[in-house]
Amino acid sequence: MMPFAILGADLPYWTQSLLRVLGGAVAVLLPAGTIVYLFLFKMMSFMQSRLGPMEAGPYGSMQLFAEVGKWLQKEDISPTRADKRVFRLAPLVVLMSTFLLVAVVPFGPDAYFTDFDAGVFYMLAVSSISTLGILMAGWSSANKYSLLGGLRAAGQLIAYELPMVLSVIGVVIQAGTMNLQQIVVKQNSDSIFGWNGLGFPYILTQGVGFLIFMIAVQAELTQTPFDMPIAESELVSGYMTEYSGFRFLIFFIAEFATAGVFALIASVLFLGGWGVPFAWFDWAPVGGGEIDNWMNVGGPLIMFTKMMVLTGIIMWVRFSYPRFREDQLQRFAWKVLIPVSLINIMITAILKVAF
Amino acid sequence: MREPGPLWRRRLLWAVVPLREGVVTALRDALGDGLVDSLIKPDDDIWVRVSGDVWQQAGRVLRDTVGCDYFCFLSAIDWMPSPYGRGEDDPTQPAPERDTAIKQGYTGGNTRMQVFARVTNLQQHFGVTIKADVSDSAPTIDSWVSVYAGANWHERECHEMFGIEFNGHPDLRNMYLPTDFEGYPLRKDFPLLARMVKPWPGIVDVELLPGDSGDDPAVEGDA
Amino acid sequence: MTDVQKPDVQKPDVQKLSYIAAQAADARLNVELETEGMTLNIGPQHPATHGTLRIIVRLDGEQVIWAEPGAGYMHRGYEKLTEVRTFPQVTALVNRIDWLGSFANEVPFILAAEKLMAIEAPPRAQWIRTILFELSRIANVSLFLGDLGVQLGAITPVFMAFRDREYVLNLIESATGGRFHPNFDRIGGLKEDLPAGWIIETKQVMKKLRNFCDEIENLLFGNEIFQSRLRGIGVIPAEVAKQYGLSGANLRASGVDWDLRRDQSLPLAYDKVDFKVWTHPDGDSFARCWIRLQETREATKIVDQLLDGIPSGSVMAKVPRIIKVPEGEAWVSTENPLGEMGYYVVSKGDLGPFRVKIRSASFNNISIVPWVLRGVYVPDVISILASLYFILGDIDR
Repeated sequence: MMPFAILGADLPYWTQSLLRVLGGAVAVLLPAGTIVYLFLFKMMSFMQSRLGPMEAGPYGSMQLFAEVGKWLQKEDISPTRADKRVFRLAPLVVLMSTFLLVAVVPFGPDAYFTDFDAGVFYMLAVSSISTLGILMAGWSSANKYSLLGGLRAAGQLIAYELPMVLSVIGVVIQAGTMNLQQIVVKQNSDSIFGWNGLGFPYILTQGVGFLIFMIAVQAELTQTPFDMPIAESELVSGYMTEYSGFRFLIFFIAEFATAGVFALIASVLFLGGWGVPFAWFDWAPVGGGEIDNWMNVGGPLIMFTKMMVLTGIIMWVRFSYPRFREDQLQRFAWKVLIPVSLINIMITAILKVAF
Repeated sequence: MREPGPLWRRRLLWAVVPLREGVVTALRDALGDGLVDSLIKPDDDIWVRVSGDVWQQAGRVLRDTVGCDYFCFLSAIDWMPSPYGRGEDDPTQPAPERDTAIKQGYTGGNTRMQVFARVTNLQQHFGVTIKADVSDSAPTIDSWVSVYAGANWHERECHEMFGIEFNGHPDLRNMYLPTDFEGYPLRKDFPLLARMVKPWPGIVDVELLPGDSGDDPAVEGDA
Repeated sequence: MTDVQKPDVQKPDVQKLSYIAAQAADARLNVELETEGMTLNIGPQHPATHGTLRIIVRLDGEQVIWAEPGAGYMHRGYEKLTEVRTFPQVTALVNRIDWLGSFANEVPFILAAEKLMAIEAPPRAQWIRTILFELSRIANVSLFLGDLGVQLGAITPVFMAFRDREYVLNLIESATGGRFHPNFDRIGGLKEDLPAGWIIETKQVMKKLRNFCDEIENLLFGNEIFQSRLRGIGVIPAEVAKQYGLSGANLRASGVDWDLRRDQSLPLAYDKVDFKVWTHPDGDSFARCWIRLQETREATKIVDQLLDGIPSGSVMAKVPRIIKVPEGEAWVSTENPLGEMGYYVVSKGDLGPFRVKIRSASFNNISIVPWVLRGVYVPDVISILASLYFILGDIDR
């Protein structure tokens, strides 16, 4: 399997690496920028009966660049009593987790960064690195609000890690693999009781898992109704209170990029990822090499569309719901989500054995 | 729609007068000589003055016997006329002679400062304004916090603004002013600095209306 | 200048007192579990205290052990300033007490002055006063309804509130000339009559405001998260509410059926309209918010009824150019947007008042905070404060 086979050239390793880095940057920044403009600037404004940014570019489309420029110009302030090294490192740790996360997402039959068998496992593992970054930010700021925010974030992210893992297990059982690429292929090449017009996206059987996964994603992203770590009316800005300029920008990018990446993963796990039902074109599963090369261009576009739909839902919920209280959130995770996802795993396992 | 206002109000008045007399009677029964004076104005309100040492007891009677369990406010009045008038003196001229006689308001009084409070009976729809003298040299009175919990902040405010001590108040620190602030701002002998720096120009700034002769507005106004 | 006699009493030391209280709170905790409390200053600059209220809370984890509000960052000394103003000038000051519903602040003071002078405004002035009073209630409480969402993390309702509040402010502006500080009430009546077409426009706006109330009810009050955040939180029993002198919606949410619009006779047009005084038996944060929502609706209905029957005639009684108020004392309070707002006016027959005691609603409403905040969580601190609804100018005066 040769990545970038579409280029028709056997590229040297360093060129491949460079292309991968560039591709990763695009895969992280492009969704983040689109989400911010489309949802944060425009959808939210229309929901709130206002226009949003209108001056920079047509319909304010260049607003994001203006904002980034503004943030980059600001002074990089760190509080006097902060643990400076940790304080400066924290946003980078959070952003790094996003980059690590995007590494396993397959965008097409050959368009992926890495392809390894424990993809799901890896994905769940690196997604919790951001917790570390948030804790670092909260602790090192030398601010009581930041500390409270950081601790809330830790409690919340750990609590919602579990339902997320458990909801994915159903998919893993059904697919019989932890390789994300093969999960995509399986979804598109399987058939529903012999009818293969739609492939077999796992949302049909794992609907409960999908719901739990999306709720857990909402919590992992600390979006309303689970935004207690930031909770601007209680904790000012939580762990981000003391950050400004460039470092705040990194937090900001990481927040929305992670939303995009989680939406990508959700679409891979539940919605068939980059693929179209293979039966439409009489393709065989990957490895036979019979999937057309155009899927390496079309696949990312399909993924992008699915991602926008899912982030749209995430943002929609974010803009219209009030937030939970910390104990209600924990109760919801431990008393509702985890039991339901355990039952889901049990039923999936039984059905897997039965069929 | 109901009957027009004045008639409706007058009907209310007849019901209220005997009730208000009942309030004063209840207070007199409970306090004896502690109730110094009372005033019932028809269609208006009810004022009672008690002596300072039964202040707290009067609060209890009002709450338990009269049924005024709603605490409205507590404050104080400094009855001394301000030595600075209304802050309109020209600082370059010697201060004019002013009447310095202390004249208390309704229900009279013997001291310069009076504590007054208002409590309301929510069932029978009336309120009582209760006053008490506090001594000039050492203005001290019992706290109402044990009677009406809400008096806490009002007494703190009263303490820092008038310098009145409330016995039994849990925490009489300043609310508004710095802890080491000197003086009591709402006492009449505390000068309002802004008016000291720039005196009020008086009422001359009344602008003329069309048709006014423009001689002396004050004379015209009194007519 | 006479000497100010300072009584020989030791001033309590703030630092020491809070230290003692913190230690006591810690001691209580340590019985169960070896933990160390943390003192958190919420405010003076904090997103949740729209204004500059400071709340010092002692926390165990996220649980409040002890809370103490520190007011006074916005004290402007109105009670002192009124003593060097004439009666008509005072309205310009008291406008700034509750700055979201300014006109409502003027009315009780003017009524107190009129009571001392034994004059009454002509009927038309009384009706317009009542209408503007209710409009300022709507302007005030609609912002509360939007802001409530922000305090709980829902950012959308506040924009709806601002959108619809703008219509009301435009009405107030077109009638009085001032969006926030009308300064429109005069002793003996009003400054001017209503502009042409105002009544029709007001009726349309009232319709919009009722829609806004429905919208908020659907968006916020029907939301499970909203309910679970507010129900059973910050319960104030009726007895305690009365002791602390809570007023307005906070009192009625504790089940006390007391509304000064209905329960006292003032020369305002409230006795000519039918309206319901809503009460709620629960006394929790949800009840307080719910009562305010119903009151906004009720206020639009009051305005509609008043607009239908507004009498003709002059809006100003005959009063002398230079107003001297006869000697006497008067207490007038009205049911303002925030609660009972009253003025105890003492006159010595002079151009200006001798002493004005301003009884503002928020001062009493916030004095219950130390009582009600014990044992709640930090997010509840915010929701309880939001539901008690204070305005800093109204606390500090």
